[in-house]
Amino acid sequence: MTATLTRPEAPTPLADELDEPVADGAVKTKELVIVAESGDLERTWATTILASTAAAGEMQVSIFFTFWGLFTLVRPEVRLTGTNWMQKMLAMMNRPGIDHAKLSKLNFAGMGPWMMKKLAKQYGVAEPRELLQMAQALGVRLIPCQMTMDMMGITADQLIDGVEPAVGAATALELMTNADASLFI
Amino acid sequence: MTVTTNVTKTVDARGLSCPLPIVKTALAIKELGSGDMIEVLATDPGSTKDFVAWSKTTGHELVESTVDGKVFRYILRKK
Repeated sequence: MTATLTRPEAPTPLADELDEPVADGAVKTKELVIVAESGDLERTWATTILASTAAAGEMQVSIFFTFWGLFTLVRPEVRLTGTNWMQKMLAMMNRPGIDHAKLSKLNFAGMGPWMMKKLAKQYGVAEPRELLQMAQALGVRLIPCQMTMDMMGITADQLIDGVEPAVGAATALELMTNADASLFI
Repeated sequence: MTVTTNVTKTVDARGLSCPLPIVKTALAIKELGSGDMIEVLATDPGSTKDFVAWSKTTGHELVESTVDGKVFRYILRKK
């Protein structure tokens, strides 16, 4: 009887970066990791506000998008994701894209989000989409969860530009343990 | 008043709420060179404390912080 030993996979570029020493020996850059899990409008708002503000404060920020949070990264023009009927049905009940996020309460078939966005405009508050774009411009890393992509049938080409290759929970945990602060939103 | 004449760029964040004055300033300051001055106009009352804190965390010096009516004006020097 022979046993086959499989060689461990080469570390991903993402994992490599974690071990890099501090660049210039100056003060270590503070790191923030956010796990964006819910995909709800108000939570997506919190995630994008914190990420963009932290990046503005020159922190290294990574956001790991998982479960309903992954739908935030789907391109606005993609209406339906998935290949089998269950994946499609889930995408139908939970329309992908950051502009279609629902409130966790007081959603009232879109009336709640509509009023929230109307108020936001009135008070000069940026919408999650704009905040995410600014966060990207400030170097925030957007990291999708591979497992969610597989389970929901979402492909890399359905995600917005600038998203990093998908990773698993172990990489997310490694990011979190190396960070100065990590949040689960 | 020599500092105010050397402003390279102005960020108009009037009417914008947290965190936009800071985020827009951070985006604008990226384009500047070390030592360049940036002017920020804002109406968000929270921005006064925010710019002090932001200056501390980033090292960009807050050279001036004034208020004219409802408009706050900040001058920062890029580190």
